[in-house]
Amino acid sequence: MRKVTCVIIGGGSAGLAAAIELKKNGIDDLLVLEKGPEVGGILNQCIHNGFGLHEFKEELSGPAYAERFALQAEELGIPIECNTTVTAFYPDKSIEVSNKNGYEVIQADAVVLAMGCQERTSGQIQIPGMRPQGVYTAGTAQRYVNIDGYQIGKRCFILGSGDIGLIMARRMTLEGAKVLGVAELMPYSNGLQRNIVQCLKDYDIPLYLSHTVTNIEGYPRLQKVTISEVDENRQPIKGSEKVFEVDTLLLSVGLVPDNTLTVEAGISLDARTRGIEVNEYCESIMPGVFAAGNVLHVHDLVDYVTAEGRKAGRGAVRYLKGELPERNGFVTKAGNGISYVLPQRVDYPSEDESVEFSFRVRSPYKNASIVVKNGNEEVKRIKKLALLPAEMEKVILPKEVLTTIHDELVIEVEEA
Amino acid sequence: MELTCIVCPRGCTINYDVENGEAINITGNACPRGKAYTEAEIKAPTRMVTSTVPIRGAHCHQLPVITSAPIPKGSIFEVMEEIHNTSIEAPVKMGQVIIENVAGTGIQILAARSLNKES
Ligand SMILES: Cc1cc2nc3c(=O)[nH]c(=O)nc-3n(C[C@H](O)[C@H](O)[C@H](O)COP(=O)(O)OP(=O)(O)OC[C@H]3O[C@@H](n4cnc5c(N)ncnc54)[C@H](O)[C@@H]3O)c2cc1C
Ligand code: SF4
Repeated sequence: MRKVTCVIIGGGSAGLAAAIELKKNGIDDLLVLEKGPEVGGILNQCIHNGFGLHEFKEELSGPAYAERFALQAEELGIPIECNTTVTAFYPDKSIEVSNKNGYEVIQADAVVLAMGCQERTSGQIQIPGMRPQGVYTAGTAQRYVNIDGYQIGKRCFILGSGDIGLIMARRMTLEGAKVLGVAELMPYSNGLQRNIVQCLKDYDIPLYLSHTVTNIEGYPRLQKVTISEVDENRQPIKGSEKVFEVDTLLLSVGLVPDNTLTVEAGISLDARTRGIEVNEYCESIMPGVFAAGNVLHVHDLVDYVTAEGRKAGRGAVRYLKGELPERNGFVTKAGNGISYVLPQRVDYPSEDESVEFSFRVRSPYKNASIVVKNGNEEVKRIKKLALLPAEMEKVILPKEVLTTIHDELVIEVEEA
Repeated sequence: MELTCIVCPRGCTINYDVENGEAINITGNACPRGKAYTEAEIKAPTRMVTSTVPIRGAHCHQLPVITSAPIPKGSIFEVMEEIHNTSIEAPVKMGQVIIENVAGTGIQILAARSLNKES
């Protein structure tokens, strides 16, 4: 059986950042396992620009961002095995892989999970009607167009206003298709505002807020999509139907961390993030098992994924060098208006100068405050002009504050 | 008037007035790039364009490409037409020029990644 000090599962942005951090800190016996033919992960199909503003102070396309990190990993001599799928890992940190040589078991001392996320599919959302050809998830469509070079349709409708759907609306338009509209169930968009502007408004593509697809027709190929307005209980309103003659429907209805392996290993997930629960080093309840990137919680900015990968890498270095003290910290809690807070625990409050907390609001707010509390006592307040569920928020607390918290840290929204 | 700055993911809401075809009284931008964007948006809006061109001899079938600078918004479809009429052979290096002076804009279309020749 092969023995490796630290195995990184997944060679996307998170996995590469973790590996680079480990290598730079003297952990040479590393291995990145990637099921695809190359590293870079989802970025390889995200050909639009808008990546890397924090990391490189310039706007890169997804593939260019990935290539910079792939090159860095190569220069550092980090061992990467592509076309290699992890089929299982166990609490004793043994990992089963399948590659062109067949099946192998690798024993690791530490593991970084960086498997990314999956798209919600049409099976997970309910649309009445048939299941004709021409219905794709937006990410699958993105891969078909940008990597495989397929033409996927001429007249298109999009359900869901997540960023991938918006990006694909523009992409399909530039490829010569007519995009008739985007329907969003909620009264606000789930995508970044800049994508509404540069992907929809620039091309006069209508966005139907508080609308959903209520019927699809056509066989074998999609011919018609019906959308309806929804009431405040998200129920379709009779008589509000609009019909669009389209051959393609893209579903951009959300991403879910890909934790199939994690669950099979017996590590339970946080019901809100659908990722594992971690401390400030991205370390799970199981010492030596770390997670970063979309497998931990779905990110909208790759720069944050890279930063989180580094953090997990740093944690793994300290774990492997035996530098982490006994766990003795506090838990975090998503208070009023907040859907989740990460990390869920701070285990080593006196170790680092500061800890960064990430969270999302449940619904949009204007002129509100983010309030951080030690139990009931306020420790920090940040005024915000606007807060949107689509945008991850961050707050950093210094060691002086962290060491005074003994029970739980609550983050909540307070309306003006 | 109001617009959303698209220069970075923060997406500031910017307020402005227009006088003689130029934006004035610009407020709400969290950084100077937002002001420059608003001025350009009123005078002569531009956009970066990304797309792909078919590639032969690489491990995948499409090479992602990007404009070397933002192009006039009105030229986007002309630029796309030239991109659609282009294809290339591996190997390609990131930053390599794929189309010179695309659609007469004076701007280049560059390879957005490297792709090696697959044997
Ligand atoms: C479609 C889309 C558009 C986006 N647009 C932007 C944008 O405009 N700007 C921006 O900053 N960010 C954007 N993001 C966000 C950001 O780019 C991603 O969140 C980030 O790249 C995710 O990195 P990751 O490493 O967590 O996951 P991934 O890149 O998905 O990497 C996971 C890797 O793990 C591998 N893997 C999974 N399971 C296994 C297994 N069992 N064995 C071996 N390997 C495995 C996968 O093949 C993959 O390579 C976008 C994200 C998506 C999905
Ligand atoms: S004004 Fe500056 S901070 Fe605000 S969106 Fe534009 S570039 Fe970003």
